[in-house]
Formats: sequence, structure tokens, C-alpha cells
Amino acid sequence: MSSIQWQFPRALEDEAIYILRETAAQFERPAILFSGGKDSITLVRLAQKAFHPGKIPFPLLHVDTGHNFPETIQFRDWLVESLGLDLIVRNVQDSIDQGKVKEETGKYASRNALQTVTLLDAIEELKFDACIGGARRDEEKARAKERIFSVRDEFGQWNAKIQRPELFDMLNGKINIGENVRVFPISNWTELDVWNYIREENLAIPSIYFSHEREIIERDGMYWPYSEFLNTTEEEVPFRTKVRFRTVGDMTCTAAVLSEADKLEDIITEILAAKISERGARIDDKRSEAAMEKRKQAGYF
Amino acid sequence: MDVLRITTSGSVDDGKSTLIGRLLYDTKSITQDKMEALQAASKRKGLDFTDLSLLTDGLIAEREQGITIDVAHIYFSTPNRKYIIADTPGHFEYTRNMVTGASTSQVSLILIDARKGIVEQTFRHFFIACMLRIPHLVVCINKMDLVEYDEARFNQIVEDFQQLLKGSFYENKTVQFVPVSSLYGENVVTKTDKISWYKDKPLLAYLEEISFDEDDRVHPARFPVQYVIRPKSEQYHDFRGFAGKVSSGSFHVGEEIVSLPNGQRSKIKTIEKFEEQRPSAHAGESVVITLEDEIDISRGNLLVTPNDIPEGRKEITAQICWMDQQKLTAGKTYLLQHGANRIKAKVQQLHNVVEVTTNVVHDKTEMGLNDIGKITLKTAQPVFTDTYAANPANGTFILVDEFSNATVAVGFVE
Repeated sequence: MSSIQWQFPRALEDEAIYILRETAAQFERPAILFSGGKDSITLVRLAQKAFHPGKIPFPLLHVDTGHNFPETIQFRDWLVESLGLDLIVRNVQDSIDQGKVKEETGKYASRNALQTVTLLDAIEELKFDACIGGARRDEEKARAKERIFSVRDEFGQWNAKIQRPELFDMLNGKINIGENVRVFPISNWTELDVWNYIREENLAIPSIYFSHEREIIERDGMYWPYSEFLNTTEEEVPFRTKVRFRTVGDMTCTAAVLSEADKLEDIITEILAAKISERGARIDDKRSEAAMEKRKQAGYF
Repeated sequence: MDVLRITTSGSVDDGKSTLIGRLLYDTKSITQDKMEALQAASKRKGLDFTDLSLLTDGLIAEREQGITIDVAHIYFSTPNRKYIIADTPGHFEYTRNMVTGASTSQVSLILIDARKGIVEQTFRHFFIACMLRIPHLVVCINKMDLVEYDEARFNQIVEDFQQLLKGSFYENKTVQFVPVSSLYGENVVTKTDKISWYKDKPLLAYLEEISFDEDDRVHPARFPVQYVIRPKSEQYHDFRGFAGKVSSGSFHVGEEIVSLPNGQRSKIKTIEKFEEQRPSAHAGESVVITLEDEIDISRGNLLVTPNDIPEGRKEITAQICWMDQQKLTAGKTYLLQHGANRIKAKVQQLHNVVEVTTNVVHDKTEMGLNDIGKITLKTAQPVFTDTYAANPANGTFILVDEFSNATVAVGFVE
């Protein structure tokens, strides 16, 4: 099938806008969790549409691990500036300095799990009662189980066994003080839906999504971006090759794919033919079969 | 591009997960890494086959116990359509999750094991499909390989099911019966000569042709106001727009509207979606409506057209499904959420509880988790609902416990 014939199902946009408006109406202090990746960029676009011609009534919250791709940070600042958004940044480095979390060691050290603590601290400090995230149910099997309004206790914990039933499009955002709700407006979108939406809406995205030459090391059959943050062994010698990224995570846990795709059409064609799922390139998910569920129980978005 | 939402239901071990796995596998929607993970997990469990149910049972507790506890949402696409499957649990104790999964679906797919025929769970799932008035019903008779693809066995089950349909919401509708073998992929995506006596299409081809989106257009126009957009910016100094999603029917620019509860009237000046001006908006569309006159409208108001104004009721009789551990208490006050509106409501009377597998109605004084029955509520302000039968989109509500904040029930207005 040709990717160009594939249209974005607009019913999903209507549904997401509806969810964002319910969030604005039912909560006192919502925020958009913004990583600079394609899903959170999509959220920003949807929020623009939901409240136009008014301003987006939420600030963006970025939990910066300090190990981000520089291209993503550059893009984030550009987007915030050009759309006149409010951006709040909280740093994992601060949580480390305060002794609240401990940096992992060894070859596979990553700050991905540490950001949960920084996020929960930010929620408490800024009194956010709703955090809007770009998670999608097609990403991972624990995510496939989560509600659109997902209630978290005061420790940010997700309890899959006692989720509120969610019926028709009626969303119940009533919570007690200290609790918060994670809101997932694009729950029902797939990776392909997001790409088609970006294409049809002509949205700007960070350059690392497109094919570019970069220093890479090969480890466990995957291509890891070489950076000062990655703990390498002597045998792991970086080399330059053409790659792109399917997700934007931490530089220490996001693998690249070999690719020549430098246009959205080519990326979509590539995804349609891909044999590996999007999160197949996320090293954080490979730690165990229940990696995501366990992270969510701990308060991860 | 269309989105078709399906709910699957069936008893434990009748092959529901295998059917879903088969749909995904044969439409090439399972990537290699996920397949490899499935194979490895099956091996760890000591199985000599790849257990496709591990694809949908996403929680540790589900994999531990080998049962589905909560709804999983699963996605696949054909060039024609995007499919969302709400894979719901088969166990009785998760009836509320079955209703959750079914509530947004246009198709109810009920699985029957060809060896066992209609079982207790079939009645329960059928009852839920009827209660929710899900527009399309597909009965998949699975494990045909275990009955030697026997046509007579298939016909017998169809005949038994026809008895169920009598006097139900589905009696005069087309209900599709499809014989399949999910394990071997017979008649799921592709048709094979093993079931050559079956002259109709395989399951997926049938799903591809279901049409559904006309239903909402004939219903009366309803627009619950979610949020008032008032930018007060230099450019939009006097802008006052009402944001919401059309729940049923259509609205057109220039048309007269009535705002409920106060009954004030005005005309639609514009219908906007982002930077685009629309001549009209239809069921399911999220838009912003501006009006000719400055009338008092806020979240929770309902905009309707003057040709069909719902009656405001302060007494509502409804069939409800109770979804909380804590029992329903007659005389207790809950919050009734209808559209974007929340109103206090007191349980005036509990009429009965239905035994869903037999349709027998009992007079009862209490209602517990997973019970379905009829109650009458008294509300603090009038609620502008339609009956669920006449207009499902405006005929449902949820009850929220004021103290625990839990969603304790869903109601269908009679």
C-alpha cells in the first residue's frame, strides 16, 4: 500500500481535543509533559486546536535528564518561543545532587528510571493535579491497559487492579488532594497515526527523526548513539554511519535505526515495512517483560 | 479514514486471545521483536506453542494467573480502516470491565467454542450487547477444527443463538455468524476450502464492510458545552466561543439554537475548528460555536435545536450496572455526570436486579458489584436526557461517589 493514500483518521483528533477540554475544565492545575518527541509535539498541536483562538491553558513541563539529544533541547526552545508557550524545566541532576536518587553505574547505566522521582517532586512542588502525557496504548502491553484519565495516588503510583471504569466518553477527574491524574489524549493513536498527523498538519519535529550521519557504537545487535554519557567498553569503538531515531528518549537508552529516510513520506514507508516495533529500540523496555508496568507502578508517566 | 471499534467477548479458554492474535498476525501487525518476545515468554512458561494471549495480557497479575483482568486496547489497520479492539475479560467478576470495553464499540464480537456451544458467559455477553444496543453483532464460532469443520454442528449453534435473538433488540437486525479456526487461521482473514460449505465472507472481510456512521446523524442535535473560550486578547477582544463535541445530530451556521437549562435562544454565528470556518458540525466532531447574541452559557449547558428539545427531568428511571465494591445504598446521594454536567442525585428506589444469564428479574433491596438492575433517582436540578433507546449519546450517565470519588455506576435512561 502507498503511504500517501493512508489518511489520518480525523475522529482521533476530535477525541483528543475533547479529552484536553475535559482536562482544562475538570482540573485546577494541569500541565503537558513535554519531552520534545513526536508524541508531545502532537499534544501541543492538539492543545492549540482545542483552545483556539485562546491560548493553551497549560504550561509544558520538561523533566530534563541531562542526557538528552542536544537537537531535542534546541527544538524544544524554538517551539516554546515560536508559539509563546510557558515552559517549566526540572532537572534529574538536581535530584541526584539532593541525594534523592542515585546514578546507575556500569555499561547499561541510564537516567531513565531516575526521572520518575524528579517528575513526582515537580508535581508536588508545582501542585499539578493533572499531567497530560503523549503515551499511546499501542506502544507497550501495560500501556494498552491504562485508562485515559489514569488516577495516581500521592506517590504517583498506578494500581492496575483498581482502575476506574471509563464509560462512553464520560471522564471522571474527581480526586482527593495529593492525588493526581495522568491524562492520555492520544491513547488510541498508533505510531503510524502520529506520523500521518505530523505529515498532514505539516508539524516541525527535531532533526534526529530524519536520517543523518552520527557516531554510533554497536551493542547487543542495536545501534547506540555515542555520547559522553554512554559507558563504553574498550571493544566498543564508535564509527560514523547514517541513522535516524524512532523515539526521542535519553541518549543512553534510545537506539538508532539505520536509515536513509530524510522525508516524512520515507519515514512512513519505512515504518510500514518495519519488522521491529517502535519500543523495540528502547533499551529501557528490554530490562524485563514487565519493565513498563513496574515503572508505572513507581510513578512513571 | 474510518475507525471501527470492536469489543470481543467470550468465555475463558474459548480462544479469544488467539483470535485477536490471528487477526494481528495475518494482517502483519505483529512486529518481529514482539513475536520473538512472545515465543520466548511461551517457552519460559513451558509451552510447546506460541501463546498469542501473552500479547494482550499486559499485566503481571494476568500473566501469573493466565486470565484477563482488565480491558486491553489493541490496534490494527487495513488500507481501508483502522480497528480498535477492546479485549475484555471473560470472567464473571469482571463484568464491569466488560461493560467498560463494550461502551464505545460499534461491533460486539461474541466467541463461542464449537464443541461447547452456548454457555453461561454467552448469555451474559449477549445481555450486555443488548443493554448497550451495540449496533452490530458478530457471532464467531471458533475451534471448528476440533469438530472436523462440521456444518451441522455450526448450524445447530446458529439455531440455538437464533432463539436468544427472539424478542431482543437484535431480532430484526442482521446478525452475522462466522465459523472459524483461530488456531489454524481458517476463515479469519483468509478463506480456505476446509469450510467450503460456508458461502459468506471470512471475518475480516465482513468487518471491512460494516457501515455505521450514519446512525448518529438522524438523532436529534445535542451539543454539551465543555468549556468557554474567552481569549480577551487584542485580536479577539470580544470573542466568546463555546467549545464541545457534538454528541448527536448536526448543527448548521445560521440555525436557531436553544440553550438548556435556561431556555434562552440565539442563532449560530460561526462553527470553527482551529483556523477553519465550517458550515456545519456533525456527531463526533469537536468544534467551537459562536452565537449572534450574548446569552449566559457555561460548562454543563446543553445546546439543542428548537425542533427537538429534550424534557428536563428531576426524576430519572434507568437501568444501571453497579461497578463498585461498596453496595448501592437507597437514600444515598451521588453525583450524576451527564455530558459535561454534574448534578446531585439521590437514589429514591431500587426496583429490581436482573439475573443476566436467565433474564429473570428479582425484587431486591440491595445491589452489589457487577449487578445490573433498575433504579429511580431524584436529581437536584433538571437533567436534559433522552432515553437511551431513542438517542444513546444523550441517554447515559455515570454515578460518582462523593466521598471515594469512584465511578460507581453507569446508567441507561428509560
